[in-house]
Amino acid sequence: MAYVPHTPEDIRGMLDVIGVGKLDDLFADLPADVRLEGGLDLPDGLTEEEVRRYFVGAAARNHGTSELVSFLGGGVYDSIIPAVCDAIVSRSEFLTAYTPYQPEVSQGTLQAIYEWQSFVCRLTGMDVANASMYDGATALGEALAVAVAARRRQAVVVPATLNPRYRRVVNTMLGGTGVEVIEAPAGPDGTTDPVRLAELVDDKVAAVVIQNPNYLGLVEPTDELAAAAAAGGAVVVACVNPVSLAVLRTPAEYGAEMVVGEAQPFGIPQGWGGPLLGFFACTDKHKRRLPGRIVGRTRDNRGQKGYVLTLQTREQHIRREKATSNICSNQGLNALRATVYLAMLGTEGLQELGEANLVRAAALRRRLALIEGVELPFAGPVFNEVVVRLPRPAAAFNVFARSRGVLAGISLHGLAGCGEGDLLVAVTEKRTSRDLECLAAVLTEYLADGEVAE
Amino acid sequence: MVPDDRKYTQEHEWVVVEGDTGTIGVTDYAAGELGDIVFVELPEPGTEFSQGDTVGTIESVKAVADLYVPVSGEILEVNEAVADTPELLNSSPMDDGWLMKVRLADPTEIERLMDAGAYSELTGG
Repeated sequence: MAYVPHTPEDIRGMLDVIGVGKLDDLFADLPADVRLEGGLDLPDGLTEEEVRRYFVGAAARNHGTSELVSFLGGGVYDSIIPAVCDAIVSRSEFLTAYTPYQPEVSQGTLQAIYEWQSFVCRLTGMDVANASMYDGATALGEALAVAVAARRRQAVVVPATLNPRYRRVVNTMLGGTGVEVIEAPAGPDGTTDPVRLAELVDDKVAAVVIQNPNYLGLVEPTDELAAAAAAGGAVVVACVNPVSLAVLRTPAEYGAEMVVGEAQPFGIPQGWGGPLLGFFACTDKHKRRLPGRIVGRTRDNRGQKGYVLTLQTREQHIRREKATSNICSNQGLNALRATVYLAMLGTEGLQELGEANLVRAAALRRRLALIEGVELPFAGPVFNEVVVRLPRPAAAFNVFARSRGVLAGISLHGLAGCGEGDLLVAVTEKRTSRDLECLAAVLTEYLADGEVAE
Repeated sequence: MVPDDRKYTQEHEWVVVEGDTGTIGVTDYAAGELGDIVFVELPEPGTEFSQGDTVGTIESVKAVADLYVPVSGEILEVNEAVADTPELLNSSPMDDGWLMKVRLADPTEIERLMDAGAYSELTGG
């Protein structure tokens, strides 16, 4: 298609036809104070070579985890990504971000999505999984919308120890619908208090979110929390790191009816925060409210196996304003990545991966606790993240560690009773004992001689 | 042929009243328009609704329709046979495919529903 701009003569001609004096008159309805005065303040155009230099220079200022030692987690983890993931997702047959239009002619893509759904169901213990969501945070927001529709109640309870970025997304997604978001406090051990939760779950509460492990890395008392939710008639929505399901019970076993989370650790780079991969699974009774695409396996009129998009009457293009969601796609390419990753690991590989995370988290706790002045405020079981309490601000330590080539962690100041010395440190199977020693050395140096370094 | 033993709504539901109980279903016309019905979601007995509330959904292979309650009251019973075999709604919408029984909270609401003649006119005879 040729690019044909409107010439001044074209515009004049069109305005004459509709009887409008000048172009601005078309925008007369917009209040003056929201309209841009004068033109856009843009620099002069650049040549192709100048643009190339600009971006190469800008990109050179990025520093990734291939050169830095990273203990950053908080929902997005620095994991080992096997080369096969890149090799397969780079194939042109698969290279689309979305569920294909005219999906049934893309049988390979649909089969890959079907396998992804099957993996999610096996990991979570749920009956049905969708083709994926944009990320874990929006998956949680969608799950709460489903619970609100299913229970016909207008409030949800989220833990104070929920990932604060998920909390913001939940507030955004539910805010306009009049749903009240109630916060369940954490006890002194850093996990959600089941007694306080039970007091909050009344007949207005549609759902209770259990994030496990929680944002402080701690394994929650899932049975007690689920019982408190059930006693008040609320649906349990579990929000999990799927890698942890290699070593922890499935959410189905503690009574969750919906399970969501972030599958980025399954072979997807951190990528400065995205693109990510949300997953959403539920029990059979919620399947007609499950948002997004679902791929089903069937047989065609010649008896051959085939894959189709199924239960589409849930979706916005059919159910219109009654749909629980406006998502009509999925995170196709990243779902494929995760599928390749899990297929390659297999059951045993996944268990080893989970155990590797556990072992390293334990080693991290032991090692950092040896450093003078460092405390471990929470003693409960963890999966792959640990809170350490420093005698000085964690944010300042992060700046110091960065100058030594280490991304030390996330400052927790202000979250769920955490002070400014509290630092969230994550490990994965990628962190070696040398990496751990490196972090310990930087922290020891900082605490011994921090004033000079700052 | 629209049976004259019951009342009808704009949303293509019917109500048969016996004492203070109303038996509710969807009309032959509605079932035909929806096509092959594959799923019916019905309310839980014991819940109370007001006239016109959405109480469930009817899903066919091509569309989803909301199920409204044509009279206010408490749900006494739902037709489990329809939940298990939704095709009953296509084969016998006016009879075996009834959906729910409601204890009428306000019997005067019935008077404001359509009779067979008015409903027949609505659906083009």
